[in-house]
Amino acid sequence: MDNAAIAKGIREAAKKLLGEGKVDVVIGYAKGTVPMRDYPYFAYTPEEAENLTWSGFCCNNLALYAIRRPGRMAVVAQGCVSRNLVGLVNENQVKRENLYVIGVNSPGMVDRRKVQALFPGQTITEVEEVGDELIVKGVGFAEKVARKKVMRQNCYTCVQRNPVISDELIGGEGPASHGGNLDKVAAPWEKLGSSERWAEFQESFKDCIRCYACRDACPLCYCHVCFVDESQPQWCGKTQDEADVATFHLLRAFHCAGRCTDCGACESACPAGIKMRRLTMKIEKDIRDLYGYQPGMAIGAQPPMTLFKPNDPQDFIK
Amino acid sequence: MSSKILSKDKLDAFLQGLKGARDVFAPAMVEGKVGWAAVEQASDMLTEFSNTEMSPKDFFFPQTECMMRFKNASGDPEGMIMMAEPALARPRALMNIRPCDAKAFQVLDLIFVQDEMTNDLYWRDKRERTACIGLACNDPCPTCFCTSVNCGPHHEAGLDLLLVDLGDKYLVKVLNDKGAELAKDLPAAAAGDEAKAAELKIAAEAKITGGVSMDQVKSREVMELYEAGHWDRVQESCLNCGTCTFCCPTCHCFDIQDEVQGESGRRVRNWDTCMSWLFTMHGTGHNPRGTKKDRVRQRFMHKFKYIPVKRGGEIGCVGCGRCVQLCPVNIDVRRVVNDMNA
Ligand code: SF4
Ligand code: SF4
Ligand code: SF4
Ligand code: SF4
Repeated sequence: MDNAAIAKGIREAAKKLLGEGKVDVVIGYAKGTVPMRDYPYFAYTPEEAENLTWSGFCCNNLALYAIRRPGRMAVVAQGCVSRNLVGLVNENQVKRENLYVIGVNSPGMVDRRKVQALFPGQTITEVEEVGDELIVKGVGFAEKVARKKVMRQNCYTCVQRNPVISDELIGGEGPASHGGNLDKVAAPWEKLGSSERWAEFQESFKDCIRCYACRDACPLCYCHVCFVDESQPQWCGKTQDEADVATFHLLRAFHCAGRCTDCGACESACPAGIKMRRLTMKIEKDIRDLYGYQPGMAIGAQPPMTLFKPNDPQDFIK
Repeated sequence: MSSKILSKDKLDAFLQGLKGARDVFAPAMVEGKVGWAAVEQASDMLTEFSNTEMSPKDFFFPQTECMMRFKNASGDPEGMIMMAEPALARPRALMNIRPCDAKAFQVLDLIFVQDEMTNDLYWRDKRERTACIGLACNDPCPTCFCTSVNCGPHHEAGLDLLLVDLGDKYLVKVLNDKGAELAKDLPAAAAGDEAKAAELKIAAEAKITGGVSMDQVKSREVMELYEAGHWDRVQESCLNCGTCTFCCPTCHCFDIQDEVQGESGRRVRNWDTCMSWLFTMHGTGHNPRGTKKDRVRQRFMHKFKYIPVKRGGEIGCVGCGRCVQLCPVNIDVRRVVNDMNA
């Protein structure tokens, strides 16, 4: 099914749910005011459900909005979003019985920075999706670009594009992956010695403006007070000095260990184009290698970092 | 004031003239992004660009700025010693500033430098020692709305010189004495050149279609705007991140911290954001802006109501469109202002 047909399906499902009073709100995506930025939208009435859409530009992770939200809600969820919802149920932040999942297979979302990079200095005014291609329009040009070429890296390496839970699946199941191999992307860190790794790390984060959009867009970061905001004592300095920036990124990444679904919402949110998944995906790989665990795949599964067993078989932990 | 002409093949000579006494910065391609960089020759400068991703406010208001260093050695008969940080070593010039960003400097002048008591020497000193040379926009972006917020694609506020691209040359508008000194060796413009620049100005203004209306915002009482129902919708998806405030040329919240190690330390000022709960958290545990809605509303009320009321009608937004492009959840300031005005 193409995106337009899926969008229609989502609208129909939402109208029914709201009309029958089964949920108070449907959290989905609506068309943005700038190209390639469809945004989180809350529909409370069947009329508002008309604004819902579905596209390759749905880069926010809507599981975020389900956290500790009172009442009954429906959430539009592609593979990663459904995995984060499962994670939140397992971490007692969302009640499964209050949640209605409108599942969708993900077409692989578009990285707008990659698209812009193909048209340096030019203003893009509209991007249309036609099957596996995008038509990029600007002042005085219109060009076709293959979706695969501009897909977000995490979507390319994703292995779970179908939702893991859904109360209703719009458009049926689709391919589970897009052929990328996460281990190949995560591996470069491993080949570097510690000083080269540090240099690469500094390079990766030097443009960070510490707006914390990455943290705030992430459905794992729901602490009432994030460690960077603690003031008594203040764990993390407030400046742009390397040590302060590094403390934020390293600690945040560790807090995501065994929980991160590699949804890419953090990178999509970043105004500075920082690739902070370089940290989280390496940790994702470690958790997979060491514990054989992938986050958010099953209700009831226990994330390894929240669990201690005296008879843990792994040597490295003793 | 008068107008001069700078032919494009003389641009490098003009730049070298500036560089004799100053460090010169301009929009340039920096690792795939349009950013600000020190320039050595004219070819380092971008001329075809919409605007830099981040605003140039950090030339005057750096994200992290050491304000002073101090020593408090126990037993030192002199007691606590405070040491000023050295000021700018060399004067600076910023080239090709977009008019919206220059207008933002002027808005921030009104905030950082108000009277004897509110006279921020860190801001003021850098402003005084920096020459500001603008580049008028002939092709505004679809997200620009400068013409609805006291600004425009050829606006002159906050600048010493404004360049208007006439094809093979620039018309150089001299805007004050500082500008006259910078342009003193350039030939005078002909009446035809000035007429052409005036036409380009009208054409550029006509290209801005996504404006906002502010007549109701102006006439309504503060509390009526504050209590309006639409804030409940604006705040729903807002992440309360710092993106919109940090990329904004006029946002200016900061936090001052003392970093102390042993018996010495430094006082640093860092950008902060009204979107953060911590920004307004009191020592008592009370937070006057305790909810996400309070915080997101503050940003728009401050720009479009409080600043106009307190600063003689100036607006705390210059319509650059950066937050429109960078907000991770597409909270579009134009839509918010139109809702305030509805
Ligand atoms: S979103 Fe980007 S710029 Fe903001 S804190 Fe995260 S990495 Fe830094
Ligand atoms: S860290 Fe990034 S990729 Fe991982 S769950 Fe959070 S937003 Fe998604
Ligand atoms: S309006 Fe957008 S950029 Fe600003 S705090 Fe909210 S989510 Fe962040
Ligand atoms: S509020 Fe947005 S459009 Fe207005 S000056 Fe700031 S960044 Fe630019």
